[in-house]
Amino acid sequence: MSNAGKFAIEAQGLTKAFGEHIAVNELNFRIPKGCIYGFLGPNGCGKSTTIRLMTGLLTPTSGEITILGQTLAGHEEAIKQKLGYMTQKFSLYDSLTVLENLRFVAAIYGFTGTRRTQRIDELLHLYDLKNQAKQYAGSMSGGQKQRLALACATLHSPELLFLDEPTSAVDPENRREFWERLFDLCDAGTTILVSTHYMDEAERCHALAILEDGHLRADGSPAELMNAMPANVVEIGGEQLRQLKQALLQQSEVLSAAQIGAHLRVLVKKTQTDPLRFLALLCAGRPMQLARPSLEDVFVTCTGTRHDE
Amino acid sequence: MLNAGASWGRIFAVIMKEIKQLSRDRMTFGMIIMIPLVQLMLFGYAINTDARHIPVGLVDLSQTSESRALVQAVTATQSVDFHAVYTSLHDAEAAMTRGDVRATLYLPPDFSARLIQHPRYGTNPTASALTQPVGQWIVDGSDTVIAAAIKALRTMPLDEVANRTVSQTIPTFEVVQYFNPEQRTVVNIVPGLLAVILTMTMILFTATAIVREQEQGNMEFLITTPIRPMELMIGKIAPYVVVGMLQIMIILGVGYGVFSVPIAGSLMVLGIASLLFIFASLTLGLVISTIAKTQLQAMQITVFILLPSILLSGFMFPYDAMPQGAQWIAEGLPATHFIRMARAIVLRDADLLDLQADALWLGLFTVLGVIIAARRFHKTLG
Ligand SMILES: Nc1ncnc2c1ncn2[C@@H]1O[C@H](COP(=O)(O)OP(=O)(O)OP(=O)(O)O)[C@@H](O)[C@H]1O
Ligand SMILES: [Mg+2]
Repeated sequence: MSNAGKFAIEAQGLTKAFGEHIAVNELNFRIPKGCIYGFLGPNGCGKSTTIRLMTGLLTPTSGEITILGQTLAGHEEAIKQKLGYMTQKFSLYDSLTVLENLRFVAAIYGFTGTRRTQRIDELLHLYDLKNQAKQYAGSMSGGQKQRLALACATLHSPELLFLDEPTSAVDPENRREFWERLFDLCDAGTTILVSTHYMDEAERCHALAILEDGHLRADGSPAELMNAMPANVVEIGGEQLRQLKQALLQQSEVLSAAQIGAHLRVLVKKTQTDPLRFLALLCAGRPMQLARPSLEDVFVTCTGTRHDE
Repeated sequence: MLNAGASWGRIFAVIMKEIKQLSRDRMTFGMIIMIPLVQLMLFGYAINTDARHIPVGLVDLSQTSESRALVQAVTATQSVDFHAVYTSLHDAEAAMTRGDVRATLYLPPDFSARLIQHPRYGTNPTASALTQPVGQWIVDGSDTVIAAAIKALRTMPLDEVANRTVSQTIPTFEVVQYFNPEQRTVVNIVPGLLAVILTMTMILFTATAIVREQEQGNMEFLITTPIRPMELMIGKIAPYVVVGMLQIMIILGVGYGVFSVPIAGSLMVLGIASLLFIFASLTLGLVISTIAKTQLQAMQITVFILLPSILLSGFMFPYDAMPQGAQWIAEGLPATHFIRMARAIVLRDADLLDLQADALWLGLFTVLGVIIAARRFHKTLG
C-alpha cells in the first residue's frame, strides 16, 4: 500500500470474458499519477473494454482494479466523482445545443448558479466553442464534437480522465491543438489515459501499453520500448522490392518487411548479431543501412503472429 | 431506492433536457396530438356496432300486392335496404358470393296462401297445422353483427301488411336503459379510447425514450456521471405524465364537443384515475426499456401489449362475455382496470370508493413496475 499515493490506476489480473470470447486477458499495469498514458492496439484488441472496466461500466470477470488508491469494486459511486470519460462514439445529445449540453452536464455534476455559468464560459473559451454555443451538437463537425465532448468530460475537473480514441474524426492540425489541451490538463495535475491506433499520437504519451487480442504485449515509455525492442531495423534500397520482400519473409529471423517509399524496412531479430551481414548474404549488391527504430517498429515487433517464435 | 442521495437538481436537469428534446422532435410532438384526434374520429364516426341499412337482395316469386306490402314494411324498419331484385335464388346466391348484398329475402310462389294462414296476419292469432313462415332470409353469416340484425327481423309483426294499426303487445319484460338511453356506441367508446390511446403512447414513449439513449450511446457517458438510475428514470418519465394528461383532455374535450359524450362524474375523480393509469403505463414502459435493446424491439413489445389491451380490455368486446382464461389475461392489463374506471366515472358518475379495487390494482402495478425496472436497470448499468 506504499504505492497508494503514486499510482492513479493499478490493474491486477484484469480479465473480461464475453461468453467464450476473452476480450481482456490477465492485464497487469500501473499508471503513475500526472502522466498521459496510451493504450495502443489494433481494432478489437480490447482498448474500449479495458476503459469500460476501469470506469465501472463493466464488471471484470476476474482481477482487481484500484483507482486513485481505492478499490473500484464497491466504491463506484465515490470514484465516479473523480472520473471523466470521453466515449469513443459521441455520447452527447445531438438535438441539444452546445450550451444546453454543457448546462445539462453541469447540472448533473451539481453545478448551480454563477458557478455553473462561470465554468461553462471558461470551457467555451478554452475549447474554442464560443461561436458554436447556440449550434445543435448534431450539426457540428467531427473536431467540434470532439472538443465539446472533452469540455463535458472535464467540466467537473476530474483527477483522472479516460479518452477512448478521441481523435479518430479529427484532422492533423486539430489533433495537435487537441494534444496541446491534453498537456495543459496534464500540467494541471490530471492523469490521462488515452486509447489510440495512431503511432504519432502514441509517441506523445509519457508511457504506453501495447495491446493485442486482449493481451498486454509491452509497456513503458516510447524511448524505453524502442530501446528494448528485440530487433534491428535495416533499410534496403534498389529495384524489385516486392520480390525481395517475399524472399526475406521466408527467413524466420526476419520479423517483418514493409515497403516505405523507395526502401524496404526490414526488422531482423536481435538473435542475429550482425543484421547487415545477414542481409547482405541474402540480397547482395543492394544499398542498405541500419535505421533508428520507430514506435511502429515496436508495434510490429510485439504484435502479429511472428513475435513469439 | 430514491434514497437520501437523490438530487432534485439532477432530476430537474433530466426533465428540462427531455422537454427540450421532445419539443424539437416535431414528429413525436405531432403524434401526441394527432393520435388521439385521428383515433377518436375513426372510432367515433366509422365504427358503429348497431347495423343499419344493410344491403340486401329480393327474390319475389309470388309477385302479389301482399308481397310488395311486406317488402315495404321490411324497408320501413331501416335495418335493410333492398339493393337488387333477382329472378331466382341461384342469382341471389351468386350476388351474395360476390359480396353485392349481405342477405336475400326469398318469398315463395305460395307466399299469399302462407300469409293468410299466418297467425300474425289473420285476426285469429292461433297457429293451425298449416302455418308456415311466409318467407325466408338467406344471410351471409360471416359477420355476426349483420346476421344478428337480420335475425331480429324473424318475429317482425305483420299488422302493417294486413293494413291494420300495429297492435300493442304487452312485453314479458320492460327494459329501462340507464346511462346511455339512446344506445349510442360512441358514448361507450370514448372512455375506452382513453385507455387504448394512453396505453399506446405512454408505453411507447417511455420505452423508446430510454432505449434511444442506450442506442445512441448517451447512456455510456451518463453512467460514468454521478446520476442515479432512479433519477434518470423519474426525470425521463415525468414529462410524459403531462403529455398523458394533455391527451386525456383532448379525447374528452373532442368527445364532448363533437360527439356529445357527457361527463357524468367529477373531473377530479377522473383525473386521479387517469394519473394512476398513466403511472402504471409509464412504469410498464420502463420495464420494457430494460428488456429491449433497440427502439424497434421496444416498439414490438409495445404492440405485443397493445393488442390484448384493445381486444381483451373490454374496449372492443364486453369483458363479461369473454371466457375465463381471457378474463384472467385482461385482469393483468392496466387498460382493463382503467376502462372500467373511466366508463364508470364518465358515464355513471362513480366515485373512487366504488372503484377502489381497480384503483388498487393500478397502484400495485406501478409499485411492482418500478421495483422490477429499478432492479433490471441496475443490471444494464453494471
Ligand atoms: N458487449 C460485448 N459483448 C460481446 N463482445 C464484446 C462486447 N464488447 C466488446 N466485445 C468484443 O471484445 C473485443 C474487444 O472490443 P473493444 O471494443 O474493447 O475493442 P477496441 O480495442 O476498443 O477496438 P476499436 O479500436 O475498434 O474501438 C472485440 O472482439 C469485441 O467484439
Ligand atoms: Mg474501441
